[in-house]
Amino acid sequence: MTEKPRTDGERLTAARMATGQSATVVEIKGGQGLVNRLDALGIRPGKRITKVSAAFMHGPVVVRVDRAEVAIGFGMARKIAVQPD
Amino acid sequence: MGNPNVGKSVIFSRLTGVHVISSNYPGTTVGYTQGTMKLGEGQAEIIDVPGTYTLEPTCEAERIALEMLPSGDVVVNVVDATNLERNLYLTLQLLESNVPVVVALNLWDDTKHRGIGIDLDKLRELLGVPVIPTVAVSGEGIKDLVSIIPRAVSPPQKARTSEERWAAVGQIVAQVQQISHRHHTWLEHMADASIRPLTGSIMALAILAGTFVAVRFISESLISYAIDPLFERLWAPVILRLSDLLGGSGLLHDLLIGNTTGGEIDFPGALGLLTTGLYVEFGMVLPYVFSFYLALGLLEDIGYLPRLAVLVDTVMHRLGLHGYAVIPTLLGFGCNVPGILATRILESKRERFIAATLISIAIPCASLQAMIFGLVGDRGVEYVLMVYGTLLAVWVVLGLILRYGVKGFTPELLIEIPPYRVPSRQAVLQKLWRRIRGFVVEATPIVLGGVLLINLFYSFGIFDAIADAAAPVVTTVLGLPKEAVVALIMGFLRKDVALGLMAPLDMTAGQLVVGSVVLAMSFPCIATFVILLREFGLRGVLKATAIMVAASLIAGGILNLILS
Repeated sequence: MTEKPRTDGERLTAARMATGQSATVVEIKGGQGLVNRLDALGIRPGKRITKVSAAFMHGPVVVRVDRAEVAIGFGMARKIAVQPD
Repeated sequence: MGNPNVGKSVIFSRLTGVHVISSNYPGTTVGYTQGTMKLGEGQAEIIDVPGTYTLEPTCEAERIALEMLPSGDVVVNVVDATNLERNLYLTLQLLESNVPVVVALNLWDDTKHRGIGIDLDKLRELLGVPVIPTVAVSGEGIKDLVSIIPRAVSPPQKARTSEERWAAVGQIVAQVQQISHRHHTWLEHMADASIRPLTGSIMALAILAGTFVAVRFISESLISYAIDPLFERLWAPVILRLSDLLGGSGLLHDLLIGNTTGGEIDFPGALGLLTTGLYVEFGMVLPYVFSFYLALGLLEDIGYLPRLAVLVDTVMHRLGLHGYAVIPTLLGFGCNVPGILATRILESKRERFIAATLISIAIPCASLQAMIFGLVGDRGVEYVLMVYGTLLAVWVVLGLILRYGVKGFTPELLIEIPPYRVPSRQAVLQKLWRRIRGFVVEATPIVLGGVLLINLFYSFGIFDAIADAAAPVVTTVLGLPKEAVVALIMGFLRKDVALGLMAPLDMTAGQLVVGSVVLAMSFPCIATFVILLREFGLRGVLKATAIMVAASLIAGGILNLILS
């Protein structure tokens, strides 16, 4: 499950969004399993998400999508590429 | 069927009159419950299943939901009206699997204060199935739902890919839903604050500490102002009278009443069925069970627990668990059995095993805690803290060891966080009542049976033989008197009775601390054992039990060295 540390200069991810920032999901950079699970919770390309909070030390990231709030592990959040508004 | 935390269990209770535990967090229901309801002239069987987001399962609880699908003639699809888009995805999947469906549009009252307008007729037309708005907690719309169930239909559908399905959902939502803007409510502000790391941690500490103090306060008040006077003033004279009638001694007298030296009754120590047997359960344990479940029920229904899970996720990962394991763990403080069952919401087998093992070893159930407060608390608060501190240390150390010792990986957290809701008084009280009734029904025969067994064993000298055999380990490693062996063995039956057995042994405070810790950690009580067996199989139980025995001897031994 360990992922190479990446600088990720070109693309913002849900993990690195600022609290309170809104952005549109562009791509889920993960396997089909992850894509399906996020999809089921309504997080998929084209959806607008707003970051609610992030925990200390790379803990889970909470985003609002439609009227639901979803907590996402940091590693997963790093695979959600977004385009800020 | 429906998404997690949309109120399926509440609807089920309303339809069948069979009450199942419901709360405000996804994953309350982890198994299925059957019930029957009157439908027209006949009876219909209804099954309550765990929630699922899609028909492709990701955890044990969702798998259970899917296995139930083919056995249904009609699916009542419960939909969260405040989150139409995500919920309709499952609705379309259900329609595509060609089962007749009716939709219960639940949480209908919430749509109004959340500024959501839904065009019901349009939704019925687009889905092609009956749609009934409901407010399950108050019962609104349930009658309509019942009358519409026979009219469930399965409109012809083409199979869609996930993308096509979302597109279809998007089209439906665009046509039926209107959202008007409105401001954040104070509950939503609280919700945001309680999940941010800084404010959230402070709130979490305050809430947990407050809960602990409140539980203690309510229980102790109940004991000193209600239950003790009841036993002393009303029950004691009856017992003394009975004691006289039985002649003050003899086998029957000892079994029923026990010791009555000096015309006084020592309820915790007399060891009779009608004295200690009743007092341990109703006088010492029940008040704690009552206040614990009252507090837990409120936290559950407000919707706080998933937020706690997010906050502790980072720490829990170090223990090979993820944050959601905090919910089964908290349930374990009431009784280990529902705690271990609730591990079904965890995704991997490894996590489930680690969580369940940690619960059965390091989490004392309410019955045991009540006795710890009652007996150890008498010697001073510092000793109670020692017991809890040791258990916490064990939980952490054992978690670290299991993390490296058990193969597999712990998936990352991915959960939906429900909005805060003001709990309905009726729902909270009903849940409390069910849990207490469950406790009384299950515990009474075992407590009374246990006390009876102990008395018989004493009378026939069986305990002396066992105590002698196990004495070397208990006296040298743990530094306990050899009679304590009896109590430790009784722990297999019920932990509360077992700790009660240590009361008359004249132990030092340190010994009592060691005894409580070992009792908490060693063999699971019989009910926990059965659940572990059912959930993890014989090999799993043997593995867990071996860990337990080793861990309790090590922790008890170390504690003994420090304290003596």
